[in-house]
Amino acid sequence: MTAALALIALLTIGTAVAAMSRRSLLNSVLLLAGSWVGIAAFFLWAGAEFAAFAQALIYVGAISMALLFAVLLTRRSREDFAPGPAVRSRALYAMLAGAALAGVLLAAVARGSLAVAPSPVPVVTVRQLGRQLMGPHAASLLVTGVLLTVALIGAVVVAAGGGPEKPEDAP
Amino acid sequence: MSPLQLCLAFSSVLFAVGLTGALARSNSILVLLGIELMLNAANLNFIAFWRYSPSHSPATGVIFVIFAIAVAAAEAAVGLALIISIYRHQSNIRLQEATRLKG
Repeated sequence: MTAALALIALLTIGTAVAAMSRRSLLNSVLLLAGSWVGIAAFFLWAGAEFAAFAQALIYVGAISMALLFAVLLTRRSREDFAPGPAVRSRALYAMLAGAALAGVLLAAVARGSLAVAPSPVPVVTVRQLGRQLMGPHAASLLVTGVLLTVALIGAVVVAAGGGPEKPEDAP
Repeated sequence: MSPLQLCLAFSSVLFAVGLTGALARSNSILVLLGIELMLNAANLNFIAFWRYSPSHSPATGVIFVIFAIAVAAAEAAVGLALIISIYRHQSNIRLQEATRLKG
């Protein structure tokens, strides 16, 4: 049980670190899709099958495809990825910040009194989820639906761009 | 270490990796990817606490994760549209050069 969790964690963190450190954007996106697969595997491991299904469908299926399209649409030249001294120092500070945050969080987790009694895996059926979503969480579901609609319309408007700018951008 | 602590350590490291990526890279797509990783680490915490805590409602953690994934999908869609818009205006997607508010 714990060995499977360690394996999933190693796979996920390894692909995430590789994705964040690769020079090529395409490699990063594909490696990050592997990391999302690892997170879906964790959801399966924890017994949340529906969340694993949603994770695989939305992240591995939809968001990675949208990211690949964005990478291909915005690919111009190698100059975007040329590392300079400013980039190096910023990467160093970012690594320091990340390591400090990881240290604080890991220390808090290790020292906290989180020793839980071994409990059986909670079973949630899709029927239960649907009843919960349509009953006590119906308002949140509606708000999320409105948010997704507005985000979709906003994304189309932003990506379609302003009309009067077009003649300037053309040459 | 209890399994819950292992799960929390896993999500902490994943969050730190996402934060490092979002701070270190100057390519806006990679910054967006780092933010997505941080959101995923939060989802891991929801599922870990749902799995290991005696809860009153059996589906709470999963419902949290479903809503978080929906919001993250909306955020990714808007973020990618912004990146494409930035690319149209300045022909690259370096965040350091996106300094104008005017379109």
